[in-house]
Amino acid sequence: MARVRDEPEAEDTYAAGFRAALPLIVPTLLIGASFGVAATSIGWTAVAAVVMSAIVFSGAAQFAVVAVLGAGGSVVAAIIAATLIASRFLAIGVAIGPSMRGGPVQRALEGQAVVDASLILARVSETGYGARRLLGSTAPQYCGWMLGTVAGVVAGGRIADPEALGLDVVFPAFFVSLLVGELTTAAQRATAAAAALIALALIPVAPPGIPVIAACASLLAGHAVERRTRGAA
Amino acid sequence: MTEVWIAIAAMTAVSFAIKAAGPVVLGGRSLPPAAERLIALIPAALLTALVVTQTFASHDGRALVLDARAAGIAVAVVAATRRAPMLVVLVLAAGTTALLRLAG
Repeated sequence: MARVRDEPEAEDTYAAGFRAALPLIVPTLLIGASFGVAATSIGWTAVAAVVMSAIVFSGAAQFAVVAVLGAGGSVVAAIIAATLIASRFLAIGVAIGPSMRGGPVQRALEGQAVVDASLILARVSETGYGARRLLGSTAPQYCGWMLGTVAGVVAGGRIADPEALGLDVVFPAFFVSLLVGELTTAAQRATAAAAALIALALIPVAPPGIPVIAACASLLAGHAVERRTRGAA
Repeated sequence: MTEVWIAIAAMTAVSFAIKAAGPVVLGGRSLPPAAERLIALIPAALLTALVVTQTFASHDGRALVLDARAAGIAVAVVAATRRAPMLVVLVLAAGTTALLRLAG
């Protein structure tokens, strides 16, 4: 039932997007709290942690900045690390961008609402995305992230450790359940297999962020399979 | 503390530009069918890569590790392919990982 493809996903409404993202509220809240705890524990002010969550709104990029600065790295190294991790939003923007309507300013602003899960949650057709679904599905994650960060900087180490609760697997597990509905054609499966291999091969040799954006090369594998199956048909 | 604010300001600009690029450049365009077919494969590629890195990359992201996360995600794969509801998949995955960490 919670499988996105079985929902009335063609519906481009705020409510439909909101419902699809509901399972992510609690995990986002607790991971946001762990960011607040991590940032203040290395000496950031509460305001800095909350401001970063409010405007950067990317868990992976924010943790990267905290990790690099916390380990005594330079601010340039922190910015590069976070930029590499954020690079996947270029590819996500290519997928979602053509569906965006309105002037360039409106498109740029609505694009800020894009998160990883938007790839599926904001979709209304095979390649079409809806702005209302996008905003509706990001809203609960944004609220969770902000409330969590505030709770983390206020409560400090008294917040439950997200890893002890296994919450660090909630997002990949969420992506797994989205992928099950996604991998229906030979081309999709070939793409996913190639993406997994590329990411696995690059993790030990490339900085974080690169394995994900480089996995876009798997589109070529999917494309080759698609051409072959269409040629055979 | 200054460098924290420099990092925040820089990431504000960088992440705005990265997220705006696709919508600004491609917004409202109808792409050729070949490009559309490639774009239809992007979710499969990126979500798979995210699952792999968030499951098998070490904390600093620089090494492959096999730990309690892999067991949690394996359970998620089984549950999801058996069409378990989304919340059940998430609870099983987190529970498996948490229990293994508790035991380990």
